[in-house]
Amino acid sequence: MATDPIHQFQITKLIPIEVGGLDFSFTNASAFMVATVASAGAFLFLTTSRRGLVPGRLQSISEMAYEFIASMLRDAAGSQGMRFFPLVFSLFMFVLVGNLLGMFPYFFTITSHIIVTFALAMLVIGTVIVYGFWKHGLGFLKLFMPEGVPAVLVPLVVAIEVVSFLSRPISLSVRLFANMLAGHITLKVFAGFVTSLGALGVAGAAGAVLPLAMTVALTGLEFLVAFLQAYVFAVLTCMYLNDALHPGH
Amino acid sequence: MFVTPGFAQDLPPALDTAHTVEDPSHGGGAFPPFETDTYPSQILWLAITFGLFYLFLKRVVLPRIAGILEVRRDRIAQDLDEAARMKEEADAALAAYEQELAEARRKAGAIAQEARDSAKAEAEAERRRVEEALEARLEEAETRIAEIKAAALSEVDTIAEETAQAIVAELVGGSVDKRTLAAAVKAARH
Repeated sequence: MATDPIHQFQITKLIPIEVGGLDFSFTNASAFMVATVASAGAFLFLTTSRRGLVPGRLQSISEMAYEFIASMLRDAAGSQGMRFFPLVFSLFMFVLVGNLLGMFPYFFTITSHIIVTFALAMLVIGTVIVYGFWKHGLGFLKLFMPEGVPAVLVPLVVAIEVVSFLSRPISLSVRLFANMLAGHITLKVFAGFVTSLGALGVAGAAGAVLPLAMTVALTGLEFLVAFLQAYVFAVLTCMYLNDALHPGH
Repeated sequence: MFVTPGFAQDLPPALDTAHTVEDPSHGGGAFPPFETDTYPSQILWLAITFGLFYLFLKRVVLPRIAGILEVRRDRIAQDLDEAARMKEEADAALAAYEQELAEARRKAGAIAQEARDSAKAEAEAERRRVEEALEARLEEAETRIAEIKAAALSEVDTIAEETAQAIVAELVGGSVDKRTLAAAVKAARH
């Protein structure tokens, strides 16, 4: 069971809570959500507490994260998009820290569960839809009707646009989920080879060097993926929010 | 020593045992991310944690970082302004200095010119004075030469008369009238 690469995604109840037949238990996933939020929040809070005019190293990290997301959002959605800055920044930090925490051995990866990534994606798409209709009314539907399309093609184009819009939350959530899931499974499989080969004696131990090297390389790759997926999630969020702000384009 | 079981095999996490005891239906090979009965709990706790995180960032952290960056930007702009102002001051001081330098140079030139002119005038006056003095002395000398010449000429007459008288007395004997002699000398000289 312990060598089962899927086992690391198992959810276990720490504090069982049940309301109206639904299970709201505080689980290991919940604990890691709390850990993610607490560590990210504490880092951002503590590193900026000095409010140094000349930033220290840690304060620079927080400022760089801030300016990184701010310029990303401004580039994608214009200065009006800055009203969504707290949302995008929170999403980026949450996904990034969740991914990075998952890189610790024995730690649970919150973003490896489709329901979590899907909920985050729905938050983004929900924001886009609610804000789009609130700001532009029915004009938001222009999003599905690009300008300058010949009348004959309109039904086809609108259908394609609707499908592409509906697939956004799916692609947004599945991308993150699948990357984290696949990466952690691969890592676990290769690491499992090391132990099972090592159990075969000296020759096996010598042979275990290969999967060990692979594990090391994959760990590096996974750190890259952890950052990259958080970045991709944030970039796509910015682009979708741009649709809510400027549906005509 | 190589042949140790993996750490993970050795030490199943405590959570694992708790889980299997409590809820055996989960462990049976089902793929955990697709176990729908965990969804309510995940969504609830995600909403709670992410909601708090969002509020914390929006209320506390992001305004603070924005403030830090704002203060820094203002400070840099202020410093740049200050630097520009100082540069202007320096430029003004340089211009004033150059102007003063030109003024001083002009003044120095004027003074030098004046000094040169006055020296020249003085030299001229001196020269004239010396020339006048020389001229005066020359004239004086000339008059004295004329006097001496006249005196000498008049004495020549006397000497000639005396000599003539002596000669006449020697040759002829007796004396000759002085007036006749003078007339004779005069006649001889002219």
